[in-house]
Amino acid sequence: MDMPNASVVKTLVCVGLVAAGAALLVTGSYEASRERIAANERERLLESLASVLDPKLRERDLEPTHLTVTDRELLGTDDPVDVFVITDANGHPEAVILVPTAPDGYNAPIRLLVGLSPDGVLTGVRVLSHRETPGLGDAIELRKSRWILQFDGKSLGDPPAERWAVEKDGGAFQGLTGATITPRAIVRAVRNALVYFERHRDELYDAAARAAAATTD
Amino acid sequence: MDELKHTVRAGLWTSNPALVQVLGLCPLLAITTTAVNGFALGVATTAVLVVTNTVISLVRRTLVPVVRIPLFVLVIASLVTCIDLLTNAFLHELHQVLGLFIPLIVTNCAILAQAETVASRQRVSISAASGLAAGLGFCIVLVALGAMRELAGQGTLLAGTGLLLDAEEDPFRIELPFGGVLAAVLPPGAFFGLAVLLAIRNLLVRDEASAERFPIAQEPAGAAERSS
Repeated sequence: MDMPNASVVKTLVCVGLVAAGAALLVTGSYEASRERIAANERERLLESLASVLDPKLRERDLEPTHLTVTDRELLGTDDPVDVFVITDANGHPEAVILVPTAPDGYNAPIRLLVGLSPDGVLTGVRVLSHRETPGLGDAIELRKSRWILQFDGKSLGDPPAERWAVEKDGGAFQGLTGATITPRAIVRAVRNALVYFERHRDELYDAAARAAAATTD
Repeated sequence: MDELKHTVRAGLWTSNPALVQVLGLCPLLAITTTAVNGFALGVATTAVLVVTNTVISLVRRTLVPVVRIPLFVLVIASLVTCIDLLTNAFLHELHQVLGLFIPLIVTNCAILAQAETVASRQRVSISAASGLAAGLGFCIVLVALGAMRELAGQGTLLAGTGLLLDAEEDPFRIELPFGGVLAAVLPPGAFFGLAVLLAIRNLLVRDEASAERFPIAQEPAGAAERSS
């Protein structure tokens, strides 16, 4: 372990080479996997759309109109957010699905699927992807616990705005044992998605009608 | 052949990463709320250990000794990132189940310990075998601790197997007639559970000749610190 001074150069070269190799490796696999990962997530998103709809709509063949919107404040991300509008045969909206992000998850942002009826009542919320701690925060997945189902039937007025929080903060929503940050992040993200919908409902319907007209022409 | 046997025995028993070296406590204590969670983390850790040990053993002669530790960390972190990305892209179903556990593996200093004590000194085959054995040894402890905490905390066993097998129901789930004590699922339960496992191992090796040089009796504080 006795290193003479001359080996400083050797050390630097070695560190540089390993760092360059590691950077190359990570960049390479990121580039190689990026499109596949996006495609996989997209596929799963389309498969899971029906799960947040009113049960009556789930049985139908859905042809949702796809829009993208951006609202960092209320939808939790700078990236375009997917919105799906489902209309009946006459073009009247029957349901809207938002894909907002809870930016303040414990380990990483949490992507949600939020289903709404046209009058702004939640028909279902699911977690699309998350990095919460296994055994604690991952109870937000429906396959691990029924926690996420408590949003069904809720809206901006029910519970009232000041009660849109977890019980620990004086709100109306149950928390999770051993996880404080995760439920807080999700309750806030769902509420923000509802606020976004209330403010932009007509724009969304107009845009969906235009998009639908464009495809049928 | 003897060397290989020794390596396997070391990973599984004589210097088991969890029970003797007491390394990797951060993921170990956090994840073992159920036997299935423990198993999933164990499998992911084993895969990472085999890959990192192999790669570090391959490049061991080119690494300058004074800076070897930061280089190990760099190599391990990049390899884990690559494994995470590539499984997400090409083994998406598997990643749905194990993906959560992969980033936690970076915090497991048992991997660094393997790199330092085995992979940087041994040829590739021995290093890979050692990674496999240590991973399996770790996995067994995770499953045992997970099963104990699940039984005591929820009154179930093997809940969540449906996730691993992609089935709707849990095919092997066993329900006990009592509800369980929440404390067992929370972090203190993990420490108590691990203590019970350590005690059992100590009982078993008490009569063995190797009992006199027992690493955990000498430097428990140092070992625990490194694993955080």
